[in-house]
Amino acid sequence: MARPAPDRDVAPTVQRLRLRYAKRGRLRFSSHRDFQRAFERALRRADVPMAYSAGFNPHPKVSYANAAPTGVASEAEYVEIGVAARCDPGKIRAALDEALPPGLDVVDVVEARTPDFAQRLEASVWQVELPGVPLDEARGAVGRFLVEEEILVERLTKNGIRSFDARAAVISLDCAPGDGPNPDCAILRVVVRHGTPSVRPDDVISALRRVADLVPPKPPRVTRLAQGPLDEAGTSVADPLAPDRAG
Amino acid sequence: MFDELEQLLPFIGKPIQYVGGEVNSVIKDWDGALVRWALMYPDAYEVGAPNQGVQILYEVINERADALAERTYAVWPDLEALMREHGVPQFTVDAHRAVGDFDLLGLSFSTELGYTNMLTALDLAGIPLLAADRVDGHPLVVAGGHAAFNPETIADFIDAAVLGDGEEAVNLITDIVRDWKLAGRPDGRAGLLLELAKTGSVYVPSLYDVDYLPDGRIRRVAPNRADVPSRVRKHTLMDLDAWPYPKNPLVPLAETVHERMSVEIFRGCTRGCRFCQAGMITRPVRERSITGIAEMVDNGLCKTGYEEVGLLSLSSADHSEIADIARNLADRYEGSQTSLSLPSTRVDAFNVDLANELSRNGRRSGLTFAPEGGSERMRRVINKLVSEEDLIRTVTTAYAGGWRQVKLYFMCGLPTETDDDVLQIATLAREVIKAGREVTGRRDIRCTVSIGGFVPKPHTPFQWAAQLDHETTDARLFKLRDAIRADRQYGKAIGLRYHDGKPGIVEGLLSRGDRRVGSVILQAWRDGARFDGWSEHFSYDRWMAAAEAALADHPVDVDWYTTRERERAEVLPWDHLDSGLDSEWLWEDWQDAITEVAVEDCRWTPCFDCGVCDQLGTEIQVGPTGVVDLPAPTVRADSPVLTAP
Repeated sequence: MARPAPDRDVAPTVQRLRLRYAKRGRLRFSSHRDFQRAFERALRRADVPMAYSAGFNPHPKVSYANAAPTGVASEAEYVEIGVAARCDPGKIRAALDEALPPGLDVVDVVEARTPDFAQRLEASVWQVELPGVPLDEARGAVGRFLVEEEILVERLTKNGIRSFDARAAVISLDCAPGDGPNPDCAILRVVVRHGTPSVRPDDVISALRRVADLVPPKPPRVTRLAQGPLDEAGTSVADPLAPDRAG
Repeated sequence: MFDELEQLLPFIGKPIQYVGGEVNSVIKDWDGALVRWALMYPDAYEVGAPNQGVQILYEVINERADALAERTYAVWPDLEALMREHGVPQFTVDAHRAVGDFDLLGLSFSTELGYTNMLTALDLAGIPLLAADRVDGHPLVVAGGHAAFNPETIADFIDAAVLGDGEEAVNLITDIVRDWKLAGRPDGRAGLLLELAKTGSVYVPSLYDVDYLPDGRIRRVAPNRADVPSRVRKHTLMDLDAWPYPKNPLVPLAETVHERMSVEIFRGCTRGCRFCQAGMITRPVRERSITGIAEMVDNGLCKTGYEEVGLLSLSSADHSEIADIARNLADRYEGSQTSLSLPSTRVDAFNVDLANELSRNGRRSGLTFAPEGGSERMRRVINKLVSEEDLIRTVTTAYAGGWRQVKLYFMCGLPTETDDDVLQIATLAREVIKAGREVTGRRDIRCTVSIGGFVPKPHTPFQWAAQLDHETTDARLFKLRDAIRADRQYGKAIGLRYHDGKPGIVEGLLSRGDRRVGSVILQAWRDGARFDGWSEHFSYDRWMAAAEAALADHPVDVDWYTTRERERAEVLPWDHLDSGLDSEWLWEDWQDAITEVAVEDCRWTPCFDCGVCDQLGTEIQVGPTGVVDLPAPTVRADSPVLTAP
């Protein structure tokens, strides 16, 4: 006969922890779903006393925020977990970092003391390395990008090809030379406000092609350097975990 | 060479499958290893990565100080095209080294449909497709796995094949390769192959010649040197508890077909189902002890973080201590968010009790049984002894226990089968639903019938049987479909899943073929055959055209290999490969099949002289060990939990 599912949380939440992790090297090719599976298994390997939801298939309390696209590296991804026993954030950081494969690295853990974390992720700072693109060419393209008010680009989505503006969300965009042995690798630094539709680094690259025919001969290497609340100048973002640390 | 590959990854699907970096993967120092193995499961990563055989060998080799192993899988056509365009060779996913740089390429074939993927890998690796064209410096290509029990169809492409359990065999080969290298590689590649062949444990096809009769049958297969044994025997690992592998199961980042950890609870099967190659070639039964199983479950969960453990074997409910194992494991993991599963195939009420035990807290969604034959007569032929009454009672017990969906597995095209045998499946499914509705009082119970074409396999009593042609197979399946659809009262509660008969004909050609089929494989691959186990990539017409062209100068064709019944006197292509089964016993069992005589399981009844224990010096190893309690679980010392001050 059908048996009733338990209606209360199997293990209630007593503490919430916010984690910043990095996606580096070859593991930048992991998708968000790949990360979710790896993370939930790492929680079990690290013996983190997770809180679980109710039902026949209880799920560990994990919320993911705003994941970087597959193929893009990141120094600033965020996830929040609920635990059923109070934990030491430093120990959680060390244990989870050890349990995750190299390339998925837990860099910071704080106890959540404030609400509305996701809303603090207002913008991202991206670094776009353009191997094979000389600095002058990249500078020229950036200049043409910045004088435009709107640049329509297209992206293939689940609902077919969509056209949208990739310019307005870009708060700042500048260009630096590649370091050391690789002068023919311009490096862009771009601050993009989160919104709908979300403008991603590859949309900015499409926009550069559109306005200046910039076509990188090799695949660009993209890294999210930071995400968080925009600073007043609008050229960088602050640490989104700072209010929890202060609280 | 990850740098070169990395340039291609933004342009292909699911790049994560090619980057490695799995939890518990190992990268050893290249220069510190004397013997280097590339291990390949010749299918996509999502199928190959969970494969237990490859994981076990990977670990056994990497534990040796003098050897290393890395893994490689079949690349999808999108990456294959880019690799060819940019000159990137077949690579390993561990350290991204070129497969052509290894000493050995070991391939594990669970199915013959991976043969064309082997050719793609060899070609991308820069290894000549034909073994005869390879020279010193090319890796030795070694085939293993169940399909290697008749490696004749790929004899042109492989240097050697290994039959049976790989744990000890891989060490034997590694030792021989190491000693040969340390001795200064006497007589080069040929010298090494001869050393391997002389053991009688490694089959080197090039050291055996095949002669044919004018009508196409084989006259004889014999070694072409006096110091090579005339028969090659399979390997049998006798003490499973001494080999608790994988000790460090791989946890892929990419999603795979098995998102769980597996623990093999015993190897071999003596139920004697006549169609089942796995059951025949893995005899005798060797159980892992309750203690060994519990230790592997505990260790594996700590090392992997998986939420589900599958207790694997060919018929897991047959473990002599399964009731204690299931109850104790269920007690231990109750409330821990860890679920246990038993691939259930045996049709009896005990199996339902076990499934109930293992799903105490979880959802009872579906349960699977495999009666295999539609009628009682058919089940006597295949030696799967289940009466219709038992089957209905078992399934009804499952519905009464809260299971909503029952899956029943059948085969079509079994020897002596008629339309009526298959149509009885519809009757059976109807009776199952009727009884299930009565016992539960509910109308939402379902029964799914899954049916595919039977392919006769080497080293089974059906190795002499005619395979049913695909037209008749399909016609029979359509009749079954129509019979289920026509049932107004119960038809809606019965689902039917069937596979058409064409892929089975190609599988049959590759299973029971001889060396002449090698040219068919090569032609099909040249014409584009890849991933033949995937319906979206498989082309029957391509295979038939390849066979017509490649066999044009021989007195044989696809029908000759598949739908033709063999006689007792015929030399079969695999007769020189010793699975331990006595050919006289196999023939008698085939005759018993035709006359519908069933035999019991020799675990609990006297020996039927199948030959395995005598010829291989092995024995059935069945408990009970007398141990009931599980060993203590691992205690974590490094918990992140704060303790009260």
